[in-house]
Amino acid sequence: MALLEIRDLHAAVEGEEILRGINLTVDRGEVHAVMGPNGSGKSTLSKVLAGHDGYEVTNGQVLYDGKDLLDLEAEDRARLGVFLGFQYPVEIPGVANTYFLKAALNAMRKHRGEPELDAVAFLKLIRERAKMVNMDENLLKRAVNEGFSGGEKKRNEIFQMAVLEPQLAILDETDSGLDIDALRIVSQGVNAMRSADRAFLLITHYQRLLDHIEPDHVHVLVNGRIQQSGGKELAEELERSGYALFEENAA
Amino acid sequence: MSASSKTIEEITGKRGYEYGFITDIEQESLPPGLSEETVRFISAKKDEPEWMLEWRLEALRGWLEMPHPNWAHVHYKPIDFQAISYYAAPKNQPKSLDEVDPKLLEMYEKLGIPMHEREMLAGVEGAGEQRPEVAVDAVFDSVSVGTTYKAKLAEQGIIFCSMSEAVQDHPELVRKYLGTVVPRKDNFFAALNSAVFSDGSFVYIPKGVRCPMELSTYFRMNAGHTGQFERTLIIAEEGASVSYLEGCTAPMRDENQLHAAVVELVALDDADIKYSTVQNWYPGDENGVGGIFNFVTKRGLCAGKRSRIAWTQVETGSAITWKYPSCVLKGDDSVGEFYSVAVTRGYQQADTGTKMIHMGKNTRSTIIAKGISAGHGEQSYRGLVRVLPTAKDARNYSQCDSMLIGDKCAAHTFPYIDAQHPGAQIEHEATTSRISEDQLFYCKQRGIGEEEAVSLIVNGFCRDVFKKLPMEFAVEAQKLLEVTLEDSVG
Repeated sequence: MALLEIRDLHAAVEGEEILRGINLTVDRGEVHAVMGPNGSGKSTLSKVLAGHDGYEVTNGQVLYDGKDLLDLEAEDRARLGVFLGFQYPVEIPGVANTYFLKAALNAMRKHRGEPELDAVAFLKLIRERAKMVNMDENLLKRAVNEGFSGGEKKRNEIFQMAVLEPQLAILDETDSGLDIDALRIVSQGVNAMRSADRAFLLITHYQRLLDHIEPDHVHVLVNGRIQQSGGKELAEELERSGYALFEENAA
Repeated sequence: MSASSKTIEEITGKRGYEYGFITDIEQESLPPGLSEETVRFISAKKDEPEWMLEWRLEALRGWLEMPHPNWAHVHYKPIDFQAISYYAAPKNQPKSLDEVDPKLLEMYEKLGIPMHEREMLAGVEGAGEQRPEVAVDAVFDSVSVGTTYKAKLAEQGIIFCSMSEAVQDHPELVRKYLGTVVPRKDNFFAALNSAVFSDGSFVYIPKGVRCPMELSTYFRMNAGHTGQFERTLIIAEEGASVSYLEGCTAPMRDENQLHAAVVELVALDDADIKYSTVQNWYPGDENGVGGIFNFVTKRGLCAGKRSRIAWTQVETGSAITWKYPSCVLKGDDSVGEFYSVAVTRGYQQADTGTKMIHMGKNTRSTIIAKGISAGHGEQSYRGLVRVLPTAKDARNYSQCDSMLIGDKCAAHTFPYIDAQHPGAQIEHEATTSRISEDQLFYCKQRGIGEEEAVSLIVNGFCRDVFKKLPMEFAVEAQKLLEVTLEDSVG
């Protein structure tokens, strides 16, 4: 059984259809890149999968590990291992990063019927994962994303992913706003997390992220539909010719 | 049952007001009504000296001539002061802690208030991990039913007792300080309190003594149709310091009950008083029926040089809260602080804030007020910063933040600034925010359920204030906020 199976997914925002029949199958252990120009529906796809209620699914089906994903609340999807790395991570003033993560991790453990991690074990875990993504320990004590630079926010997303160990990680434009050093660090984090039972969905506009994270499959999303799928060479082709060709086809 | 529905059940199980039970105990109470006779009865009941009775009667005469104040941004039907009973007490008045009615002890147990002094475990391994000692004065309706750790505190010359005892045992101190910070005719409710106050706590910390444990008073209203009018007086002599906590609960009743207290603090040279309140009076039901009218006057006098008074309050209960813990900064270099979290939900109303009166040179004050409004809650921050011509180089910083949850609640801010010295530095910042959809979605995407997410975000919002509370109280306050805010979303 595939980890994620999207069948003819249609979704709209305020009555306007953005996704117009997406079909996509992701197996465990795979890294898929969804590429597309601005306004193609990339971010909408990630938010619909994560359960944002500002989007209305008008048709289609999404199976996650055989379960009807669209039937679940956002928090239940997260507890089942769906992680969204936000394009614009949100600030939560006054709530320490570690406190937030502990609440998240324990909510997931509780869902799985596991006991809460004690303070010592938790601290050990986050220190180890912070090291993995080269995250300054001072950021752990600060309020969630408050006053973080763009790069720090993105790194914090990857750090959270490393702590929460999802089955399916959807990274929405994680590369945008990163300088080359930050991009390398974020990519190293993702690569370290790759494993046979975990899948990634990388949502990106540019090919440069794929220089650092090698995808198994590349999909071109234009006008709410996947116009073409292929291997990593498709991303290279896009880099040369741009999205214009696909936009013409889609029109 | 799935894990998620179990979570929801656990959350809903603790919903509502946990402290709403009534203790069935034999009580004697005055019939409703207020006159000179009422005041004489209360005074006689307490076997008070003549000067105390006169003091009360003068307050009553003043009160009779005062109009009911109506400037606060709260709405309620006029209070019928003749329909209230001004005295209710358990029939069997204990002489010592050992004689306290077991039913009362059981009630305090249920409320989580420690009424037993723990035996000292000096030298015993692991004793350091115990909960810190807290001395408690328990006020039940009109009277104090017991005070713990009195003897131990007395070893250092600290007096911690009920106000009634203080009038008997330390009349010179009571006479010297009572009404010096909040005069008898200060305002309508203070005058009423001065006439009919029935008990409260008295604290005296002698020169140079740091009180070795937290002192606390726990106020419980139990009888119906009664008001609670307590009076607290705390005096910290030169170089003394004390941290004092107060908590309050009441049964759920359909009537509105009046709680009109007066608290006076006096800090002499280099003295430090920290006064923390977690107010959880019954707020009324979901339709706004019943609940406590909490009309309280609290004021501290920084009489001495370099003295400091800090008020921290977490106001989650009461149908109406009308309360402005204030500091009069008379001594040079004295410091006044006010940290407040107020929550209004259902049909609760709160008009609360502070006054910082700068008189001495180089006086400083800080105000941090966080208001959270949900449901049909109405909330106002009202604060006065006054710098008198004598207050050279006075400084104030005020920050008032409001958070709105839902679209039927309201928040207002009424800051008054009166600077009579050209060198005064006064800063005021105010914000109003909502819990954003984005914040909620972010939390949910990390597996945190909606109610926990709201409480997480709100606790973050209140952090600046919670970190000022004594450790255990901070935990209490956070839990209280969770219980209070459940069901406020959506």
